[in-house]
Amino acid sequence: MKARDLTDLALRNLREALFRNVLTTLGVAVGVASLVAMLSLGVGLQQLASQRLSQSGLFDTIFVTPKNNFRGMGRPQREVQTDKPPRALDEDARKEISKYPNVIEVYPQVRFFTEVRFNNKPYATVVAGMPESSKNSGSFDGMQGRFFSSATAHEAILQIEFAKELSDKPDSLIGRELTLRYAERQALAANAPTGADAPGAAEPSGGFSVVPKELRLNIVGVVETEPAGGYGGYGNARLLMPLETAATLRAAQVNDLRDIVRDSNANKTTYASLSVRAKSPSQVEALETSIKNLGFNAFSLLDASKSLRTFFSVFDLLLGIFGSLALAVATLGIVNTLVMAILERRREIGVLKALGAADSDVQQLFFVEAGVMGFFGGIFGVLFGWLLGRALTFGTNLYLHRQNLNPIQLSSVPWWLVLSAMAFAVLVSLAAGLYPASRAAKLNPVDALRYE
Amino acid sequence: MSASDPAIHLDHISRHYSMGDATVRAVDDLSLSVDQNEFLALLGSSGSGKSTLLNLIGGLDRPTSGSIIANGQNIATLSPLDLARYRRNTIGMIFQSFNLLTRMTLEENIELPLRLAEVDRAERPGRVREVLERVRLTHRLGHRPVELSGGEQQRVAIARALVNRPKILLADEPTGNLDSATGETILALLREQSQFGMTIVMVTHERALAEKFADRLAIMVDGKLQSTSAAKGLAQ
Repeated sequence: MKARDLTDLALRNLREALFRNVLTTLGVAVGVASLVAMLSLGVGLQQLASQRLSQSGLFDTIFVTPKNNFRGMGRPQREVQTDKPPRALDEDARKEISKYPNVIEVYPQVRFFTEVRFNNKPYATVVAGMPESSKNSGSFDGMQGRFFSSATAHEAILQIEFAKELSDKPDSLIGRELTLRYAERQALAANAPTGADAPGAAEPSGGFSVVPKELRLNIVGVVETEPAGGYGGYGNARLLMPLETAATLRAAQVNDLRDIVRDSNANKTTYASLSVRAKSPSQVEALETSIKNLGFNAFSLLDASKSLRTFFSVFDLLLGIFGSLALAVATLGIVNTLVMAILERRREIGVLKALGAADSDVQQLFFVEAGVMGFFGGIFGVLFGWLLGRALTFGTNLYLHRQNLNPIQLSSVPWWLVLSAMAFAVLVSLAAGLYPASRAAKLNPVDALRYE
Repeated sequence: MSASDPAIHLDHISRHYSMGDATVRAVDDLSLSVDQNEFLALLGSSGSGKSTLLNLIGGLDRPTSGSIIANGQNIATLSPLDLARYRRNTIGMIFQSFNLLTRMTLEENIELPLRLAEVDRAERPGRVREVLERVRLTHRLGHRPVELSGGEQQRVAIARALVNRPKILLADEPTGNLDSATGETILALLREQSQFGMTIVMVTHERALAEKFADRLAIMVDGKLQSTSAAKGLAQ
């Protein structure tokens, strides 16, 4: 029988027991909906995590340090010592790295210990310079107040814990001033190169003196996250200021003493570390290798990102298995419906065979009926699953709104999930139709015609 | 197959069933030939094996032994697929209870064998109309079987059996569910079909009707052929 005739007959048969077949199809739809809802939740959470981590800059950032950096007390040097001095992490290196393809920006780490005076009381903390690009990192989403007005503004954003130390009402701090007391380096050599003014630069060889200085900063915001966590520096910075402003302070940093003692780069501006931001996390690995080949230490959180992907793959698999349970139950519904149809249409099958239908025609007829139920079940299932995901997102966002948190996209139904779910529904339905179709095809026409 | 060859030749065919320890010999070592364009009536009491024999000729069942040469081929040895093709292209079948599909219209019921034979869709309406004219039912095309009388339903069944232009028409008690007047009309209709170059084998209990419309009568007793004789042919 031709495919069109086969489909016509199958649809006609399905229409005859419409209520029962609609219920069976709804069973498939519920199964597919459960699968789609579960997987859309997994995909949505993965996208949410990836997006947040990507915005945080942790997974697209490479931290570069010179090879002569400290290893820590009592630990041996990792690299084999050679006669050739290790390459300095200077302005030349910064420019060279900036020229690599897929590099968005290269900026130095500026962090230093300081004393903050507020209401005539001293508070010790760590200051970190934040580049302009960190505004879009997601770390400042939902902050109280605002981001820095410019890269050179004398403004500060406080981490909430530090803000609580300053006042019982952290939001009341916005608009007030605090005083930063820090140690400024001043070059001893009269002919010191002007490169010392470069952001984050250490003094050239020749030594420096340390002079206490003060700077008044206007508090513009309070942030709950830790945009400048412990990674890449020393300790969590609780007071954030524009990177350029921080760099012009020429505050003494931890690598200054080391460089003076080693005297390895006379008359050269060097950096304690550089942060290199790639266009996407996928380009980090190649970039990291290139930087290492330049003779620097390079480190990224790519490995952690890989672990995250593995975690979500397993998470999706588990969600998929739980989601499939409902579909497995639905397939039993298809088997039941088709077996009932064989009993009801026994005589009809006999007539078809008497008129010349081959076993394969009868088998295909039942297959198409199962496939059609699976197809429509798949369509409605995807729709229900999508609606379920939307409802979950809506409910979650309602809760987040009450907690004064930003809304999120909890579930996501990408095209591949729509098509896969529908194909899966049809395949599972066809598999469910195997037994009934085979049973119908094997019916003896004489017995079937005799059936009342 | 030449013009002188029989349309159907049964050679020592048997159909035995096992029922527990017992063996039922529904058809037992029966030999019979039916000529081309002949109208043969199979008579006999209930359980004599008439319907079993008809099912064997129709390719719905297979003999335990013996050969059935129909339209030049031994259908006892055909594969299931070839047997389905034989039923589709060579045989037309009519049943006592009409066996129309109640959820389909007359047109759809008659079109069913054309779908199975994969006849071009454009050709089908013409073929359906042609056979409906032959059974004189063109005005009921869109009706469903339940809206027709028994006689009309049997005429639709005849139209469905004829639509694929079979060489052999098999009728199993075609008048069994009809009153005598309607039964006569139906047999007259069957008789007409033999004019179109068709061999007809009909199972019936009604000897008078068989005598009137058939060419030859074959009487079965306990699965065996007891006798064959020429009909009186009153209708001819």
